[in-house]
Amino acid sequence: MMVEIKDLYKSFNSNIVLDGVSFNVTEAENMIVFGRSGTGKSVLLKCMIRLMEPDAGSVFIEGKDVLKLDLKELNELRKDIGFLFQGAALYDSMSVRENLEFPLIRNFDLDKKEIDKRVHFVLEAVSLLEAIDKMPSELSGGMRKRIGLARSIITKPKLMLYDEPTTGLDPITSKEISALITELQHALKMTSIVVTHDLLCAKIIADRAIILDGGKIVKEGSINDLVTSEDPLLKNFFSDEIIETNGSLK
Amino acid sequence: MIGGLSNFSVRFVKEVFLPPYEIEQIRKHMIELGMKTLPIVGVTGFIIGLVIAMQLSPVLKRFGAEAFLPGSVGISIVRELGPVICALIFAGRVSSGIGAELGSMRVTEQIDAMEVSGVNPFRYLVVTRIFATTFILPILTVYVIFISLIGAYIAVVLVQNMTWAYYIDRVIFAVEFGDAIPGVAKTFVFGFIVGLVGSYKGYTAENGTEGVGKASTSAVVVSSLLILIFDMVLVKLTLWIWPTVK
Repeated sequence: MMVEIKDLYKSFNSNIVLDGVSFNVTEAENMIVFGRSGTGKSVLLKCMIRLMEPDAGSVFIEGKDVLKLDLKELNELRKDIGFLFQGAALYDSMSVRENLEFPLIRNFDLDKKEIDKRVHFVLEAVSLLEAIDKMPSELSGGMRKRIGLARSIITKPKLMLYDEPTTGLDPITSKEISALITELQHALKMTSIVVTHDLLCAKIIADRAIILDGGKIVKEGSINDLVTSEDPLLKNFFSDEIIETNGSLK
Repeated sequence: MIGGLSNFSVRFVKEVFLPPYEIEQIRKHMIELGMKTLPIVGVTGFIIGLVIAMQLSPVLKRFGAEAFLPGSVGISIVRELGPVICALIFAGRVSSGIGAELGSMRVTEQIDAMEVSGVNPFRYLVVTRIFATTFILPILTVYVIFISLIGAYIAVVLVQNMTWAYYIDRVIFAVEFGDAIPGVAKTFVFGFIVGLVGSYKGYTAENGTEGVGKASTSAVVVSSLLILIFDMVLVKLTLWIWPTVK
C-alpha cells in the first residue's frame, strides 16, 4: 500500500474540516478526491505531508507513519513526494531553469550535467523547452501549471499530489494538462492523488474516486459509478459538472 | 505579536548555527539590500548633516561658541543622528520590502512548495535575510555618517571660512572613540530588528493580497517603533558601559 489514511481529523476553531477521513491508495493507482469548495480537499493533501498538522489520526506513506517522523525524516520522505499546487507556486525570483534546478541542487548530490539532463527531460515532457530562461511572470496560467508539474516530477517522486491541477484554465488547456498528467503517470509509474472538481480531468486521470462532504468520505468507487449513482447528494453534485463538460461522460 | 516575535527570534538563534550555511544567499541579500538603500540613505544623510549644521550655527553663535560647530555636528551625527536616521530609512525601505516579498511567497504557496521539496524555508528565506540586514546596516551607517559630515561641511563653509582639512581635524578632535563605537555598534541591533520584523510579518502573512499589504505596512511601523525603543535602551546602556561618555 502506498498511502494509508486512518481517521484523520482537522478543524479550524469550531469548523470541522476533516471528520475521520480514512482511505487507502495502492501503488501506481490514480485516486481522485472530489468535493465542493471548502470541504477540506486541499487541507487533506496538506495534512498528508504535514504542511498542516492534523488534530488526530494517522497517515502512512510507504509504510512510514508521517505524523511521527522528525523533521529530518520528514524531509527525506518528502523527496519521494511531488506536489502540484493550485497556483503552481513557482518561485517568482527564479527563472524556469532555476525553479527546476532548485529541488535537485538542494536535495541530491548530482553533477551539473545530470541536472541539465533532467531539466531538459522534464521541460520536453511538458513541451516547454523554449521557456527555460523565462521568468514565471512571463508565463501564462497554463504554462505555469506545466512548469509546476515539471518541477514536481523532476525529482522522480513515487507519489504525486495534485491540488486542483486544472482550476482557472480554459477547457482545452485543462484537457491537455489532464492528458499530460496521465502520460507522465504511465511513463514514471507514480501513484497519484488528485484533488479536483473538474469531471473531465477526473475522467481522463482517475482509476478510482472518493467524494468528500462535510469532512467525511460519503462515496467511493469508479468515476462512472459515482456519476450514474442515484444518491441525491451525488446527483446534485455532478449535475452542474456534467452540464459544464457538455456531457463528456456519457 | 510580542510572543510571536520572541518565538521567531528564538527560532532564528537555533537555526542560524545549523548547516547548511547559506553564504551565497546572505551575500546576495547584503548586496541587494545595500545597493537598494544606498541612494536614499545617502541623500537623507547629506540633508540631515546640512540642516543640523545650519540649525546649530546661529545657536552656537549666540553663545560665542562658533568654533565648536564642527565638533558639535560631528558628535550629533556620529552618536545619534547617523545611526538612527539610517536605521529608520532602512526600516522603511527594507522591512516593508521583506514583509511584502515573504508575504507574497506565503500567500501564493511558494513557501509551502519549498517545504514540500525538502528545503527548510525558514533557514533559506528568513535566516539569510536577518543575517544580511544585521550586517549591512552598520556598513550603511558608516557611509551615512561620512555623507552627513560632508553635508554639514557645506553648511559650515557658508557661514565660516573653513577648509575641509581643518573641519575634519576639528571633527576628529571632538569625536571620541566612545562616541563612534557605540553609535555604529547599536546599528547591528537595529539591523537585526529590521530583518526580524520584516521576515516575521511576511512569513506569517495570511488572507491573500490584503494580508501582504498589512504585513508590509505593519513591518515598517513595528520595526521603526522598536528601533526607537531599543535606541533609548542602548543609549542608557552605552552610558553605563562607557562611563567616559558624558
